[in-house]
Amino acid sequence: MNNSEFFLYLLIMSGSTYLIRAVPFALMRKKIKNPFINSFLHYIPYTVLAAMTFPSALYATGGNVPAAAVGLLAAVLVSLKTKNLTVVAITGCVAVFLADLIFSVLAA
Amino acid sequence: MMQSYIRGLKAGVPIGIGYLSVSFGLGILAVSLGFHVWQAVVVSMLTLTSAGQLSGFHTMCIPGQYMEMLISQMTINVRYSFMSVCLSQKTDSGFKGIYRWLLGFFMTDEIFAVASTEKSVSRSFFFGLTAAPFFGWTIGTLLGALLGDILPERVMSALCIAIYAMFVAIVIPQVREEKSLAVPVLCSVLLSTVFYYFPVLNRISSGISMTVCAVAAAVIGALLFPKKPEEEENTDE
Repeated sequence: MNNSEFFLYLLIMSGSTYLIRAVPFALMRKKIKNPFINSFLHYIPYTVLAAMTFPSALYATGGNVPAAAVGLLAAVLVSLKTKNLTVVAITGCVAVFLADLIFSVLAA
Repeated sequence: MMQSYIRGLKAGVPIGIGYLSVSFGLGILAVSLGFHVWQAVVVSMLTLTSAGQLSGFHTMCIPGQYMEMLISQMTINVRYSFMSVCLSQKTDSGFKGIYRWLLGFFMTDEIFAVASTEKSVSRSFFFGLTAAPFFGWTIGTLLGALLGDILPERVMSALCIAIYAMFVAIVIPQVREEKSLAVPVLCSVLLSTVFYYFPVLNRISSGISMTVCAVAAAVIGALLFPKKPEEEENTDE
């Protein structure tokens, strides 16, 4: 890929991402009074994360679905105990690593 | 002001560490697709988005797909608009104008999720909050692009779960605090499962189906469990 093509792509990608973030943030000045819209806005971040996580996470670890499922389950269990993002993320990674290791030993 | 900056800085550290591992994976991916190290890093610095970059790197490999790039980025990232509108309801009186144009750049899922747990978001808190994630994202991409081939495959694939584990850590504790949230969250999971496995539906691009699922589930939540105004903390009403 030559540089001019790279920068054109970069401009489209980062420009659209920036505008989609900043324009609503900068232009929304009033408080929304409509309870339905407020409830919708309250729920949307969590439904976005839920839809992004499941079932995609099962296929994130190079096709090893059982190991990914173990990692995801470990993350759910640990997040019942702590809100610390780093602790949960590391637990998930370690669980996937160990599950992958154990499954491959069992399969051999 | 300095105090709330430092409080934001601290709140951003776990996000930054989480981003290190996630963007590490993106750095590896970019180099494996044929990008230069500097290109991977520049893309990360200027876009700061996991799903968007994942899709974007793949699109860039094929010449001339400018319209596809625009449409897929808009669809994948439209959730940021919802988040921006949502957070615009929580900012304090000093957080407006040019500050919103500048700091809106940093609206990511996790920065939003942490900021939205605040009663009122000041610009110095928000600015502090963005620092560790931004540098974590940039440095992680750089390290992944430089060191990707060195790590064993098993370690690499384990690191790929990090971003999802982080999503879990944002959603689950909130569901524990607010039981009614379980309904829209489960709806969203159910819908995205249907979209993933059902014939025809599973051919829809992941960005579009994610948006459809999330919006539908949030509408269901808002219809079944509308939040009472006093829970919205719009104190100036």
